[in-house]
Formats: sequence, C-alpha cells, structure tokens
Amino acid sequence: MDKQSRFFDEMFDSAGAARQPYARYNEWFQTEDIRHLRRKSEEAEAFFRRIGITFNVYGQQEADERLIPFDVVPRIISAREWSRLEEGIAQRVRAINAFLHDIYHRQEILRAGRVPVELIARNEAFLPQMIGVNPPGGVYTHIVGTDLVRTGDNEFYVLEDNARTPSGVSYMLENRETMLQMFPELFTRLKVRPVSSYPQNLRRSLSDCAPPAFNGDKPEVAVLTPGIHNSAYFEHAFLADQMGAELVESHDLKIMDGRVCMRTTRGYTPIDVLYRRIDDDYLDPLNFNPNSLLGVPGIMDVYRAGGITLANAPGTGIADDKALYSYMPDIVEFYTGEKSILQNVPTWRCSEADSLKYVLDHLSELVVKEVHGSGGYGMLVGPAASKRELARFEKKLRARPSNYIAQPTLALSTVPIMTKRGLAPRHVDLRPFVLVSPNKVQITPGGLTRVALKEGSLVVNSSQGGGTKDTWVLGD
Amino acid sequence: MLGKTAGGLFWMFRYLERAENIARLVEAGWRIALTRSGDAENEWQSVVTTAGMRPAYSQKYDDFDSAHVINFLLRDPDNASSVMSAMNAARSNARLVRTALSSEVWEAVNECWMAVKAALARPVTERNLAEVLSTIRTRSAVVRGALHGTMLRNEIYNFCRMGTFLERSDNTARILDVKYYVLLPSASFVGTSMDNAQWENILRSVSAERSFSWLNGGDTTPQGIAQFLILDRRVPRSMAFCCAKTREQLSHLEGEYGTRQPSQTMADDMCRCYDQPIAAIFDQGLHEFLKASIRDTAALAQQIEQDFRFYG
Repeated sequence: MDKQSRFFDEMFDSAGAARQPYARYNEWFQTEDIRHLRRKSEEAEAFFRRIGITFNVYGQQEADERLIPFDVVPRIISAREWSRLEEGIAQRVRAINAFLHDIYHRQEILRAGRVPVELIARNEAFLPQMIGVNPPGGVYTHIVGTDLVRTGDNEFYVLEDNARTPSGVSYMLENRETMLQMFPELFTRLKVRPVSSYPQNLRRSLSDCAPPAFNGDKPEVAVLTPGIHNSAYFEHAFLADQMGAELVESHDLKIMDGRVCMRTTRGYTPIDVLYRRIDDDYLDPLNFNPNSLLGVPGIMDVYRAGGITLANAPGTGIADDKALYSYMPDIVEFYTGEKSILQNVPTWRCSEADSLKYVLDHLSELVVKEVHGSGGYGMLVGPAASKRELARFEKKLRARPSNYIAQPTLALSTVPIMTKRGLAPRHVDLRPFVLVSPNKVQITPGGLTRVALKEGSLVVNSSQGGGTKDTWVLGD
Repeated sequence: MLGKTAGGLFWMFRYLERAENIARLVEAGWRIALTRSGDAENEWQSVVTTAGMRPAYSQKYDDFDSAHVINFLLRDPDNASSVMSAMNAARSNARLVRTALSSEVWEAVNECWMAVKAALARPVTERNLAEVLSTIRTRSAVVRGALHGTMLRNEIYNFCRMGTFLERSDNTARILDVKYYVLLPSASFVGTSMDNAQWENILRSVSAERSFSWLNGGDTTPQGIAQFLILDRRVPRSMAFCCAKTREQLSHLEGEYGTRQPSQTMADDMCRCYDQPIAAIFDQGLHEFLKASIRDTAALAQQIEQDFRFYG
C-alpha cells in the first residue's frame, strides 16, 4: 500500500475507505462475489468480439483484429467535479476556435506578441491554404477530444487538446452498452448520466454547419474513412451507422458541378457535410500530399468555394500542436478575457536554450515528447528508461531540440481494476468528447477512460497495452 | 445507397451462398465415399470439378484422396473458393457494408465467421467432418434468419437476395452440367445401382433428396430430376425459382427507382427460358442449355454491377 500512496486513488482514500463518488458503488461491490465479477469480465470480452469492436494493428498480418481490453470497474466522477471540468473544457474549446479563426485571418495574437511568429510560420500543421477561408458556421473544430489527467482531489490537467480527428468515442458508447447489459442493477441504484445521445447530437451539430451550397431540407452527412484496413475502421462504420449517414471512401467520391458527390445506385448525389476521418495531409492530393490515394483531388477548392463542410476544418492541427501547447493559458486568456479554468502541465520547450539545458540535466525525471508525435510513439518516460535509452534519447534531443518538449512526470491518479487477486490500482486518463456547433459547445457527460493495465505503468495508449473503462458522471 | 454498398451486399451474400454450397457438395461426396468405397475417387473428382476448382486442385494434388479433397474444399487458404476463403470474403464485405445491415445480421455474420474459423482451424478428419459441416450449415442459417427477420424490405434487401439467387442458380446449373450425362435418356441404365447413386447424389448436393421423393413418390427418371431442378418453381434451389426471385428483386428496384435498367430486361428474357417443357430442353441438348444458362447468369450479374454502379 505505501508504494501506491504517492498517487491519488479515485476510489479509495489513504485509509482505505471509499471516496464519496464511489460510496454507493462500493456498497454494491462489497456484497458481490469476486468470482462472479471475474466471470463477467470474460463475458464482456466475448460480447466485444461478437459485435466486432476491434481495432487493427498496423504491420501485423494474421492476428490483425485485436480487442482493447475492457475493465468492469467503472470510473466515477461526481456531479460537482464534472461541472467544473465541463466549464473548463468549454472555455478551452471556445478559445481554440477563436485562435484558429484569428491565426488564419488577422493574426492578432501574433501581432500582440503573445505567441511567437516563427512557431506558426515554420509549423507544418499550419496550412497556408486555409488563410482567409471562413468555415461554414465559423466552426473549425466540430469534434474535440480533450485529454485530461488527474493528480489530486481537485487537480485536473489538460494533457492534449486533440483538435484534429480524435478517436475513441465508439468505445465510450460501447463500454456503456456493455455495462448496461452486465450490471443493470447498478444503473437503477446510481444516477448515471446517459451518453447514448452522442451520435444524434453529432449529426445535429454537423448539420448545423451546412455549407452555403446546401439547399435541401436535410443536409446530407457522410463519414469519410480510409477503408476497412484502418485501425479505427470500426469506429468510422459505427458512427456512420448510428448517425444514419453514409460511410464513404475516396473512390466513392467525385467532384461534379462544384460539389463533392458520392456514387449511389441511382447516380451521383452531393454531400453537404463530410465528417472526414483522414488527416489533412491525405485529404486532397492536388492541394496537399500528391501521393495520397485516400483523398479527393480538388476537394479543398470545393471547400473554399463553400461547396462542402469539412469536419474538422483543415488546418486545425496548429491548435493541438505540442509546441504550441505551452502557450494555451495565454491563448485562453487572450480570446476569452478569463483565466484558464483547467491547468496546463508545466512544459519546457526544448527549442529554448535554458529549457534545453534544464531538460538535459533532468532527463531521468521528465517525460519528453515529439512535437508532432501521437499515440505514445517516440516518447521518453524518463523515470522508466534505462541508462542506455536515456543516452540514446539525449543524442536525438541535442540533434533536433526544437522537435521536442518536456514535462514533469505527473503522478497520475489511479482507479482500481479487476485482477485475478481482486481490485488493484492502475493509472488512468480521461478523454471527454466535445461537439461544437455555431452557437453551442456540447460535452457528453463521461468520455473514454483509458487505463494502463500494467502495474505501475503510466502509458495508457491502446497501442501500448492500455485498456478502457466505462466512465460514469453522476447526476445531482 | 452507395454503389459500393450495393456491391458489398451482393457479394457478401454470394460468398455466403458459395460457402454453403461447397459444404453441401462435400457432404454429398462424403456420403458416396462412405457407402460406395469403389467409386469414391471418381466421385470426389466430380465434386472438385463441380465446385469449379479442378485447375487449382490439380496444381496441388495428383490424387483424389478424400482427406485431400475435403481439406482443400473446406479450409485451404490457397483455394480462393474454399469455405474458409468464402467466409472470409463474406465477412470482409459485411464489414464494408456494416452500416447497411441490421445489428442482428452483422452479429450473425460475425459469429458465423468466428465459429467456422474455429471449426476449420485444424485439418478436418473423418471423425469431426459431420460436426464441421453442421456448424457451417447452422451458422449460415442463422444469418439467413436474421436477414429475413430484421431487415427492411428495401433496396438493401434486394441486393442481398440477388447475390444469393445468382450464386445459387449458377451452383445448381454446374451440378447438373457435371452430371448431365447420367441424365441423358441414351444413358439410362435405369435401375442399375450406379445410376441410382448418381441421381441421389445430385439431389443430395442441393439438399433436395427428400423433397424430390415426396413430390415424385420415388419415381426417379432422368427427366423427372431435370424437370425438378431446372423448371420446378416450388423448389428453392431450382434454376427457374432462382431466376424468378432475381427478377422479382430487380422489379422491386425498378419500382423504387422509377427507371428500367438493361438488367431488368435481361432477367425477363432469362426467365422465359424456363417456360418450356423439359422435353424441349432435352431436344435442344441439356448440356447446351446448361452452358447457356451459366453464361447468361454471369452476364446478368455483370449487368447488375454496371446498372447499379458497384464499382464506378
């Protein structure tokens, strides 16, 4: 127990008593037979396989469809905690949209000297093609998945803003579905706020951003996927299905009369809003990466002319760039006139000489990330690294300091998982999903809780052996 | 609906039907091997031919040993038409068109694939063949049940059904064509045990041995069997039945879309071929009739693909 005590456990306090949000769950849990719960875990796995909630792992042939392990112990957040998070996330997302509009128009924040010009100008995530473009409804980031971590009772930090194409929402929905099937009695005892309206809200929120060219009574919404071999294909199909939208690939699309049209059994039909799940770079071989086979040649031109809405807008990556992250508190203040409600993790920008020196001196205590990396690839977790790994990373860091940022190793909170020997604490993060429409920011109560299944591990990414939990936000 | 989705539905059901048909052929072949050991090699050879796998099979084996044939037909990954390959293709199409399927159908296909994959994970032996075949049969039946019980009767359903009937019609025609010589009046050694076994096997290959004797009271004549499998509209695997059903789906689409396509005219013409007495078919030549039918079915499938923009 002492080894764990340096971390904040969300379920139990240091005396081993259940904290308030978990009180009723714990009462139920104490009366349950552990063997019965373990059997439930196995049922859950069979259930996921049957409905095919799998993800593909790149570069692995035969066993190419894997399950993300699911843990049956929910992660519970009280109404009070949630309302504060909700406020903080909405503030941040509004600031991000204002920032994106500014950065692709007058660039006042650069003129005011709050963000250095070269950080934008030399950034690959900044798309000159977006300068002066007005996205329909003024929305840049229709869907955001803000990554949060917790270190104490009231201490939440934003780890990443994920303003491009955040994934994982299908797990939020299916995890809840699984819990409802396995433990219906819990949902009658605890007032858990539902998440199931997310797909309808997504559809509505996308429809509210129909482009100028739309002239029907119901905007045609489609989801663009790279195809069935993409790691998130399940999610693409799932969302299209739940929204009642078509799931298209680039070869289903063609540009006709200034509209992006999909090939149907009766001919070509224009699409109004395209929820695209492919990166900017692959979106349009004429305007971006010429080698892309996944995109639609000329779609950017249609977009600029108001013929289609792309969600998220191209070029939003500049807002969740890791080099820019450390400026987020300033950005929030600049556009909202308020102090940032959610905290940023202290960040050293290795491009600055002083910071680089500090980082090199303290490498074994820090987490160092690539500015453009994601998915937990290419990052160094100092405290867990061997001497050789540290030395190797130091070389990389000296060679291209501006490619890296460093952060202290956060004491991530834990939530228990079900193991063979009963409950055991594991580190978690949280990704709530945010929908932005012209007059509304909507946050689904809950989100995706990712959990590092290995004892002591701080890496929660599914590609690195992480699992998920259902996330319960309690009603008042 | 997307053209790609229509194509995915069509092929998903073609592959499911194919997997079932191959399993049925194996079952019929196995029965002969059990009861008439002398003819087994011949019989397996004609099963491989009927399945259209002769060239691929010959590249791998020189003999028609039952273990070789069974495993080649059921689970060989080198065989693009093995039951396992067809199941993989069916499921992969199902993933592609998942948004068009009810969750019951999707789950049934996914579970069917998981069960068949598990059953075919290791070489099939005499001891477990019956169990494996039964898994394939019952799991496919669940998919069909889910389709009938939960899917809207709209364009989606029409494309699913067309895939099924075109594949089935092709299958019945091939079975008859490989064995057409036993059905020829000139070759009617009526009453010899070899013929009876051959006929029985034809009927068994389309799971119709019981319904045939129920309708014909055990009176097995070559014309009787040909009439039954080609022209009888009460038989769900007869060519006339499959053609009529395909036309029915196409005319639904014609009504829903409000336009007539070349494929609809083709289907009308094809169905007319089944409006003649069986004697007339024997007169023009059974083999020629079957060959023409196989060719027409393939042409119709291609026309459907084009008319409804499966591939652009």
